[in-house]
Amino acid sequence: MTGSLLAWALPSALFMLVAAMVLCLVRLLKGPAAQDRVLALDCIYLNGMLLMLVLGIYYGSQHYFEAAMLIALVGFASSTAMAKFLLRGEVIE
Amino acid sequence: MNGQDLPLWLDISVSLLVLAGAAIAFLGSLGLLRLKSYFERVHAPAIIATMACWCVMHATLLYFSMVGEGLAVHALLIALFVAVTVPVTNIFLMRAALFRARRMGEAVPANLSRTATEDAREP
Repeated sequence: MTGSLLAWALPSALFMLVAAMVLCLVRLLKGPAAQDRVLALDCIYLNGMLLMLVLGIYYGSQHYFEAAMLIALVGFASSTAMAKFLLRGEVIE
Repeated sequence: MNGQDLPLWLDISVSLLVLAGAAIAFLGSLGLLRLKSYFERVHAPAIIATMACWCVMHATLLYFSMVGEGLAVHALLIALFVAVTVPVTNIFLMRAALFRARRMGEAVPANLSRTATEDAREP
């Protein structure tokens, strides 16, 4: 059996990351302005990326790393596009 | 989880790093929820992209370097990528927020670059 401390620490870390995503979701739903919602979405994708990395340790599989990398890439593209839209009114000028 | 024995120091250090990363991510999200104005809120998630990301990245690097074969530096790639991209997104978002606040007539600092050029043009 794997280390007993790790078997306790990884589920609690997963729980804390999911709780963090729920807090971001509350801000996403009640955010007074559009930039608050984009910031909350930015925060959610960062938390999801960390969740994927912790899941990779939990299952002992390196494939979760690729999922985390994809979340980071797509999250960056979407946040930048939305911020550009807020700034200019269009994404590609 | 795979059923092999880990050395105690690896068990403790990976657990501590993962727990610290998750706790810091939770704190950053709590700050995003609790702080009052947008310009205070934009600071809170920065700790997720720096401290939490680096803690979890080091835990991944340590674990897979000891369990798998060879040094698993690929986790470093994510942390470096996040360190490069998150400031770009945040600067865009803050500029968008300032722009929108100025158009709404809120009390935010004036556009420095525009006033500088107007002052230079005046004489």
